[in-house]
Amino acid sequence: MSTPIRITVNGQPVEVPVGSSVAAAVARVAAHSRRSVRGEPRAPLCGMGVCFECRVQVDGVAHVRSCMTPVSEGMQVRTDD
Amino acid sequence: MTEPMAEHYDVLVVGAGPAGLAAAQAAAMHGARVGLLDAQARAGGQVWRHDVRRAAPRAARQALASLEKVQVLARHSVVAAASHSLLVETPDGARQLRYGSLVLATGARELLLPFPGWTLPGVTGAGGLQALTKQGWPIAGKRVVVAGSGPLLLAAAATLRAHGAHVLGIYEQATASAVHAFAWRLRHWPARAVQAVGLRARLAGVPYRCGTFVRAADGEQTLSSIEVEGPRGVRRIACDQLAIGYGLVPNVEMAGLLGCELEHAGVHPHVRVDSLLRTSVPGIHAAGELCGIGGLAAARIEGSIAGHAAAGAYGNAATLLPQRSRERRFAALLSQHFALDPRLHALATPQTLICRCEDVTLAALDGFGNARDARLATRCGMGACQGRICGSALAELGRFPRSGSRPPLFPARLATLAVAEAESFLPDDYRGNRT
Repeated sequence: MSTPIRITVNGQPVEVPVGSSVAAAVARVAAHSRRSVRGEPRAPLCGMGVCFECRVQVDGVAHVRSCMTPVSEGMQVRTDD
Repeated sequence: MTEPMAEHYDVLVVGAGPAGLAAAQAAAMHGARVGLLDAQARAGGQVWRHDVRRAAPRAARQALASLEKVQVLARHSVVAAASHSLLVETPDGARQLRYGSLVLATGARELLLPFPGWTLPGVTGAGGLQALTKQGWPIAGKRVVVAGSGPLLLAAAATLRAHGAHVLGIYEQATASAVHAFAWRLRHWPARAVQAVGLRARLAGVPYRCGTFVRAADGEQTLSSIEVEGPRGVRRIACDQLAIGYGLVPNVEMAGLLGCELEHAGVHPHVRVDSLLRTSVPGIHAAGELCGIGGLAAARIEGSIAGHAAAGAYGNAATLLPQRSRERRFAALLSQHFALDPRLHALATPQTLICRCEDVTLAALDGFGNARDARLATRCGMGACQGRICGSALAELGRFPRSGSRPPLFPARLATLAVAEAESFLPDDYRGNRT
């Protein structure tokens, strides 16, 4: 297996296999990806880029669908975007 | 801002799942310049989604390996459409793609129905958790319940188990007699019967209960248990993940935006096509799930038909028509035997959130007879998913049908919208009425 990719989620280092989604990396260290307008915790639902429940901030870009975004080395992800 | 470069393709295929892959390959055989675009990072669609830990099925490997003459445009999301032109958003900015003919192969999404607790982290679609798991979602050792309806539940459960999940059970809402009748009819489709037996073998020891459905999910910040109702009563099951989906809904939004006529089988629309898979708009073909849920085999045949037809090779397309009829008969069998129990329509309570993007409850939607009025008064369907989840659910619940498509098809960056306006991708009524 090739070398894992290292990224940070809310400042915390995470290692995941090459080809993993940002959603998968987030799930290793955070129980949710965003908060709803009422403040409820939400996490991925559809897994296919339709529902937008998995959206996070990636390298300063807001509202990125984490299930559709592959991890890349050094990526900085923040939940509760 | 990146200036959009307009590139021209003889045949442009939207969606790189089994139908789109087959269409691109067929069109390229005739020497056409073919572009195959998909919003995802890798081709394969949902059913052939890349798995970080396990090898792809042979058919998928072959389809993905036969694209040397095709320009694959990954991470390209279609935002808007004009005559013979699409505006797409990529990680590097907006692009304009022109085409001679278009093949739509936008596939399907899961039908997700609201019930108390369905917004808790830990509750996902069934195919949804399968997709997440293939891309590295930590599932090993987790207690997972798979529920909802249709053969997809078995495929999802098999993937989850192969990745180390502890699958506690599969709960199918269709009655045991309906499922047995379906299994008996499978003898006419031997390849599928073999597939079903194979899946069951991979799921040895996992309970499969029919006539059973999830009534509610509970937990503080994340899922901790579910309530299941079946022929033998109600019981509570402690679990970490619930993977629940009630079959598939065609992704018709882009076809609708392009003006293709839609028709209904039940409450969810699909694209109307003729026998050569031509839509009502000249030069636009459709193939696979968006023509009505038909499964993998139908999608592959239809992709080939549409690809040949889009390249003008109607003779090649016509030779495949008998195969298509056969696969479409199988699709009819599926919808007949996995029809949804009306009790599923009554699971959401007045306090259950229906629109997850804008946190709109079922009670807030009382008294509205159409999607537009409900949207204007409650913001239901106005959030990021643009009603793809709640709109299909409300149609299934018998409240009101989804409203038509408007650009942008997905929330887009401001720079993309600026290009959309400059290049006349937005309808006239979008201009001059801003306050």
